Amino acid sequence: MTENTAPLRVMLAKIGLDGHDRGVKVVARTLRDAGMEVIYTGLHRTPEQVIEAAVQEDVDVLGVSLLSGAHMPIFGRIFELIDALPSAPRFTLVAGGVMPEEDEEELRRRGVAAVMGQDTPPEAIVEMLRRVVAETAAR
Amino acid sequence: MTATLVDRVLANDQAGIARMLTRIERRDEGVDKELAQLHEHTGRAHVVGITGPPGSGKSTLVSAMALEYRRQGRTVGILAVDPSSAYSGGAILGDHIRMNALAGNPDVYIRSLATRGALGGLSRAVVDGLSVLDAAGKDVILLETVGVGQVEVDIMGVAHSTVVVSIPGAGDAIQAIKAGLLEVADVHVVNKADAPGADRTVSELRDMLRLSRRKAFQWNVPVQKTSATKHEGIAELIAELDKHLGWMHEHGELEQHARRISTTRVRWAAEEVALRDLRPGKPDFDAAVEQVAHRRTDPLTAARQLLGVDTAGNPPQTSPIPKEGTS
Ligand SMILES: Nc1nc2c(ncn2[C@@H]2O[C@H](COP(=O)(O)OP(=O)(O)OP(=O)(O)O)[C@@H](O)[C@H]2O)c(=O)[nH]1
Ligand SMILES: [Mg+2]
Repeated sequence: MTENTAPLRVMLAKIGLDGHDRGVKVVARTLRDAGMEVIYTGLHRTPEQVIEAAVQEDVDVLGVSLLSGAHMPIFGRIFELIDALPSAPRFTLVAGGVMPEEDEEELRRRGVAAVMGQDTPPEAIVEMLRRVVAETAAR
Repeated sequence: MTATLVDRVLANDQAGIARMLTRIERRDEGVDKELAQLHEHTGRAHVVGITGPPGSGKSTLVSAMALEYRRQGRTVGILAVDPSSAYSGGAILGDHIRMNALAGNPDVYIRSLATRGALGGLSRAVVDGLSVLDAAGKDVILLETVGVGQVEVDIMGVAHSTVVVSIPGAGDAIQAIKAGLLEVADVHVVNKADAPGADRTVSELRDMLRLSRRKAFQWNVPVQKTSATKHEGIAELIAELDKHLGWMHEHGELEQHARRISTTRVRWAAEEVALRDLRPGKPDFDAAVEQVAHRRTDPLTAARQLLGVDTAGNPPQTSPIPKEGTS
């Protein structure tokens, strides 16, 4: 009965060397104000830490934000870790950051539900998360 | 055949525990049966509550304690309750816990709960959540809530031992009394003892504890200095908590505690069992509503009939509490 009334749980993760999190904190507050529960991992996390935390928190969405340009190897590692989980995770994977179009296509092909550029307005992120979660649930 | 969720929790499977806690938060269909099956596997964990004013270092302390418990070879689960926004119902959860050495540590299970995220009420989600971590075999469960607001302070009633965290600085201890935190403390911690003024806060607290004269044979509330960031005083704090648990055991307080929690749980379950079919759309219920609306009967008589209790208020012949199957 309650599946649709429970707030969306979203984990926002920063992986790698990138030392800025003002942007992700703005996104966190916007999502909270839209009624979501947001868990922010803090800076400089490893893919291992992030996947472990996302499993423990049983989130609906895992948003991974990176600016460092190392997005392909990092996502490669994330896909490996997800594949190695004993059971398929429930979360929808979303990427944030700037990357060439062919990388974006490659990530989508491998299961990233959406890629958001750096300039995506926070309200658009809210919309987008709701949409991709609804799409994942419909599948 | 795939393992049931109950099996996965009992096997201490992280994803299984996580799923079960989500089901509890949402009060999904069938979650009560799963909790019923877990019940016989509970009763081992030491539940330690950590509360105190915002920013006093609770999350940092919880992380430091978790690492120390791990060092001693004990398994740890953490439930961190953070306030939901009064406006949107959304929340930013567990930020500082996730930001330190524990993040993503597979040996320590950490779960964040929003005060208003739980659809059956926060205290029920916490009580049920503690059972899950207990059944999963955690030796210690650390429960963090911010010590403002009655709901958050009341939650500490589910812990065996409650740590109240203060920080050095004039008037903080006074604030703790105002918030009703002094009475719930089994151990006082003065955190950020690396900052000046810690000793003064310790003696302030000791004075206050002396004033609130305790009866003979009562637990003697210790005041422990810690620096969560420097990992100082943490082993000593844990030693005090172990001592407190021992004292609870010796003085029958553990049993008392179990009885108190069980009272609440039986009442919750009874309400749920009784009310399951008592809602609009159920034929018997709708018929009773008609009767009362037309004054052919009164609300009390209708309710008694629906519950199968006779007009004198006696229970029905058959036991109203169905025996849980062990399957
Ligand atoms: N100097 C010093 N700073 C500390 C200590 N413990 C925590 N802090 C700092 O205090 C700030 C707040 O710490 P948290 O652990 O988030 O405090 P909290 O009580 O959990 O905060 P809320 O959950 O927001 O109420 C952080 O910047 C910590 O690094 C300590 O022992 N010494
Ligand atoms: Mg905290």
